[in-house]
Amino acid sequence: MSKIRVLVGTKKGAFILTADGKRQNWEISGPHFAGWEMYHLKGSPVDPNRIYASQSSGWFGQIIQRSDDGGRTWNTPGSDHDELKSPDGMPRGESNKFVYEGEAGTHKWYDGTQHPWEFKRVWHLEPSVSDPDTAYAGVEDAAIFKTTDGGKTWQELPGLRRAKGNLWQPGAGGMAVHTILLDPKNEQRIYVAISAGGCFRTDDGGKTWKPITRGLKSPFELPDPDAEVGHCVHRIALHPSRPNVLFMQKHWDVLRTDNAGEQWTEISGDLPTDFGFPIDVNFNEPETVYVVPITSDSLHYPPDGKLRVYRSKTGGNEWEALTKGLPQKDCYVNVLRDAMAVDQLDPCGIYFGTTGGQVYGSADGGNSWTAIVRDLPAVYSVEVQMLP
Amino acid sequence: MIRVVLPFHLRNLARVDGEVQLEVAGPATVGAVLDALETRYPALQGTMRDHGTRKRRPFVRFFACQEDLSLEPSETPLPEAVTSGAEPFLIVGAMAGG
Repeated sequence: MSKIRVLVGTKKGAFILTADGKRQNWEISGPHFAGWEMYHLKGSPVDPNRIYASQSSGWFGQIIQRSDDGGRTWNTPGSDHDELKSPDGMPRGESNKFVYEGEAGTHKWYDGTQHPWEFKRVWHLEPSVSDPDTAYAGVEDAAIFKTTDGGKTWQELPGLRRAKGNLWQPGAGGMAVHTILLDPKNEQRIYVAISAGGCFRTDDGGKTWKPITRGLKSPFELPDPDAEVGHCVHRIALHPSRPNVLFMQKHWDVLRTDNAGEQWTEISGDLPTDFGFPIDVNFNEPETVYVVPITSDSLHYPPDGKLRVYRSKTGGNEWEALTKGLPQKDCYVNVLRDAMAVDQLDPCGIYFGTTGGQVYGSADGGNSWTAIVRDLPAVYSVEVQMLP
Repeated sequence: MIRVVLPFHLRNLARVDGEVQLEVAGPATVGAVLDALETRYPALQGTMRDHGTRKRRPFVRFFACQEDLSLEPSETPLPEAVTSGAEPFLIVGAMAGG
């Protein structure tokens, strides 16, 4: 029977939750990297023992960690004396060196002036679908980096910032590449999303990028109804069998595209509010989509104090509230954009973490939920791995 | 031999307990101690000084003999009590927030 490993990044460390395929009895290990902000951990699809982790701190900056044994032990890649050596024979210690390519340039600042690009942290790590040594990093200030040596060194793919980067402006949460989707059928195609920046696609492995925002409407954030960049995209998701179909949770509005982002259509339908952060797709049903409606941009908690996941089995527009096992009163947590994931079992397992430190799981496609763990630090990210 | 005291999180990152003892080639300056420390423990690179600019990270401070050397140039010589090993060089995570 398959095993499940859930990787949880929190404000004060990482936690690893494991269970067998029944997904009823969970073991919890951690905190790993106690006291550090763990923005994201994600395993390689081709080698589940290899996990990349983003560790950061307001004091000591960015660290990249890598495990090659499923999270039991960790190393900063390239920092061991036995690992990669520079020409002078010393370890390079560059796994946390994220330096923008060439002249860093400027982007739009809050007062309308131009402001220099400044690296702050890695929000999201996306391992390649075919090579365990290759991974992408989405960073703040918004850019995408790539490693091909297991995280020892990172190089920017600067073409992304040439897609009108001078017009991107940080929102209250910062300006970061927070979502990276790799097309499993075409490694040259990558999608990224940037809060207050928009949504972008490359078809040449990251050399050139274009905004894919036609159909997005942001009347309260952008005065220009046809603006190509600046839309506050909170999250995008795809099903691996249909990489041209994307679902989006925007600042306001839930949307879909059926042509790789060339045109978006709103599918908010009968949601109680179309503001929210995460969005994900059922592994067995590509038209079944999950969101967690949040009251508004001013009130980052669920409407009426009721934590409800909403599921559409029709690819949007018609939504049903999933409440069994979730608190239906006095609940004022948020669910952040990277804090929802699905497994590959049938029925599909859905997992999400809250800013209140709960990680909820459903082993029946969302019909019922249990708290796997209740009192972690604020959850930043949730990812799922299937183990043989 | 120069004694260096690291803050909790950097001790964990470098996988050391207690003080670190370093031999520093040439003049013992703030910069030379940091260079020697990063050479011995490459995982610390970028955690005390920015990779790109080489500037001290804002919430990392350098103390020696009850003096704050954080704002001094990196070529500032360390006090004799530190170079002799009588006193440690302190790398401190600054107070930041309540």
